[in-house]
Amino acid sequence: MSEVLAGLVRATPLLLCGLAVSLAFRAGVWNIGAEGQFYAGAVAATWIGTRVAPSVPPVVLVVLVPLAAATAGAVWAGVPAWLRARFGVLEVITTIMLNFIAEHGVAWLVHGPLQEAARTYPQSDAIAPAARLTPLLAGTRLTWAFPAAILLALAAWFLVARTRPGFALRAAGANPEAARVTGRINVTRVTTVAFLASGALAGLAGAAEVSGVTFALYERLSPGYGYTAIAVALLARLDPRWVVPSALFFGSLEAGASALQRSAGIPSVTVYAVEALVVLGVVALDRQVWRARPA
Amino acid sequence: MPGPPEAAALAAVAAFLEATVRVATPLGFAAIGETIAERTGVINVGLEGAMLAGALGAAIGAAGGSPWTGLAAGAAAGGLVAAVFAVFVVGLRADQIVTGTAMTMLAIGVTGAAYRATFGTTGAALDVPTFGPAAVPGLARLPVIGGALFAQAAPTYLLFLVVPVVWWILMRSQAGLAMRAAGEAPHAAEAAGIGVGRWRAGATVVGGALGGLGGAALVLAQAGTFAERMTAGRGFIAIAIVVLGRWHPLGVAAAALMFGAASALQYAAQAARLHVPYQLILMAPYVVTLLALAGVQGRARAPEFLGKA
Repeated sequence: MSEVLAGLVRATPLLLCGLAVSLAFRAGVWNIGAEGQFYAGAVAATWIGTRVAPSVPPVVLVVLVPLAAATAGAVWAGVPAWLRARFGVLEVITTIMLNFIAEHGVAWLVHGPLQEAARTYPQSDAIAPAARLTPLLAGTRLTWAFPAAILLALAAWFLVARTRPGFALRAAGANPEAARVTGRINVTRVTTVAFLASGALAGLAGAAEVSGVTFALYERLSPGYGYTAIAVALLARLDPRWVVPSALFFGSLEAGASALQRSAGIPSVTVYAVEALVVLGVVALDRQVWRARPA
Repeated sequence: MPGPPEAAALAAVAAFLEATVRVATPLGFAAIGETIAERTGVINVGLEGAMLAGALGAAIGAAGGSPWTGLAAGAAAGGLVAAVFAVFVVGLRADQIVTGTAMTMLAIGVTGAAYRATFGTTGAALDVPTFGPAAVPGLARLPVIGGALFAQAAPTYLLFLVVPVVWWILMRSQAGLAMRAAGEAPHAAEAAGIGVGRWRAGATVVGGALGGLGGAALVLAQAGTFAERMTAGRGFIAIAIVVLGRWHPLGVAAAALMFGAASALQYAAQAARLHVPYQLILMAPYVVTLLALAGVQGRARAPEFLGKA
C-alpha cells in the first residue's frame, strides 16, 4: 500500500510536467525547461507560504498559491518564448540554460533571502499550515493536487483535440509553414501562448510539491521531474489523456527505484537510463509521429 | 623591469588568460565537434551525453593506464554515444531533438550506474593520473600570453592542432564540400552522387568523439576525478558556442575562448574576494550563454537543412 501511495505522490508532479511538455511539443515548441519552470513555481509557492500566508485569510491562499506559481512558471518560460519569437533563438538551448540558472538560483535563495529563520540548514522555513494542501487520506502526502491534475489533463485534451485554438496549436506544430499560409493562424502567437501555458503547468507542479509534499524549499527539490516529464509525454504520444497513465507508470518506476536504492543499493540514477530507453523505443517504433519533418 | 604594482597586475592578467584557455579547452573540443555535425545538417543535442561518457571513459581508461589511454577511451566513449544517436536520426530518421535529449538522459543514467559499479557507492577517493601543464621551453616565458598559450596541458595543444585541421577539411577540401552540401542542399547533393546519410553519420560520430575528448580534457586536465553529471551543461553551452561562432571552425574557436574568459572571471572574482554569493557566480556561464544567443541570432545563418531530414 505504501509503495502504491509513494508512486501516486511521485506521479503528481510528473503528470503536471508531462502535460506541460506534451502541450509544448504538440505546438512544435521544444520546451526542455520544465525543470526550471517547476523551480520557479516552487519558489513562488514557498514565498507566499512563508511570507504572505500569515497575513491573508486562508481562503485567499487557495487561489493565490496556484496563481502565483503558474505565473512564475509562465514568466520563466517567457524568457525563451520571447527569445524564440523575437530573435528566432532555438529554445532547446535557452530552456536548458534557464534550468541551470533556476537550480543555482534556488541554491542561492535557500542560503540567502529565503533561508529558514534559524539559519542552520540550507532550506526555507516550513510554509504556514494554512498554505498546505489537505491530504486525500489522513496521514499521507497524497493531496487534492493529484485529482486536480487529472482534471487538468482532461481539460487539456479537450482544448487540444476539440476546440479551434487547439486546432491552431496542432496545425502550428505539425506544419508551421502550411499553418502560416492559410492566413488564419498566427503561428508565432499560437506557439508563444503554448510555451507560456506549458511553463504555467510546470510551475503548478512546483507549487503542488511544496504545498503538498515537502512544505519547504531546498536544493534539489526536484529529482529531475522536468526531464522525466519528457519521457512521460512521449510515451503518451503527446496525448494529454494518456499522460495520466504514463505519469503513473513513471511515478511508480521512480518510487520503486528509490525503494530499490534503499534496500538493494541499486543506484536510482539508473532509472534515467530506463526512461531514455523508453523514449528511444517510442521514437524508433512510432515513426509516423517522430520522423524528422521534411523541410 | 616594471615596478611591483605593474608586475602584480601583469601576473594577474597572465593568470586570467591561462585560466581562460584551460577552461575553454573542453568547450572548444565539443563545439568544434558539433560544428562538423551541424554543417552536415545534424544537430546533436546528445553532445552533453557524449561529453559525459567521454569523462567517465577517460577516468576509467586513465585509472588503468596513463592519461593518454584515458584520452583515447574518452574519445571512443563519446564516439559510441554519437554512433547510437546516428543510428536513430540518420538510419531511422527519428527526430533529432527528442533523440538527442534521450541520449543525454541515457548517458546520465549509464555513467552514474557504471561509475558506482566501478568505483563503489561512496564515489570518493577516485584519483586518476592527469596531464600536468607542459611548458614549451622558451615560449612559455613570454610575457602575459606565454602561460596561456605555451604552458598548458597536452589536450589543449591537441586542440590547437584540431582546429586548423577541421577548418581545412571543412572549408577547403573535397570532403568538406560534400559535408556542407549535405547540410545546405541534401537533395542536390544526393543527385550529385554524394552519400548524404553516410557523411552525416560519419560527421556525427567524429563530432561525438571530439565531444568525448572534451569530457576527457575536463577529467584529465582539470578535475582529476569523475563526478556524476560533472559536465554540468557544457555540451549545451558548446551548441550555443557553435551558433555564436556562426558555424565556422575559426569563429567557433574564438567563441569558445570568449566563454572560457567568462568562466575564468569566476576564479578572478573569487581571488579578488568580491562579496558575491558563489551560487550567483556559478550561474554566470549560463546567463552569458542566454545573452550571447539573444545578441547574435538573426544575424547568423544556420545550415539550411539543420535538424531536418
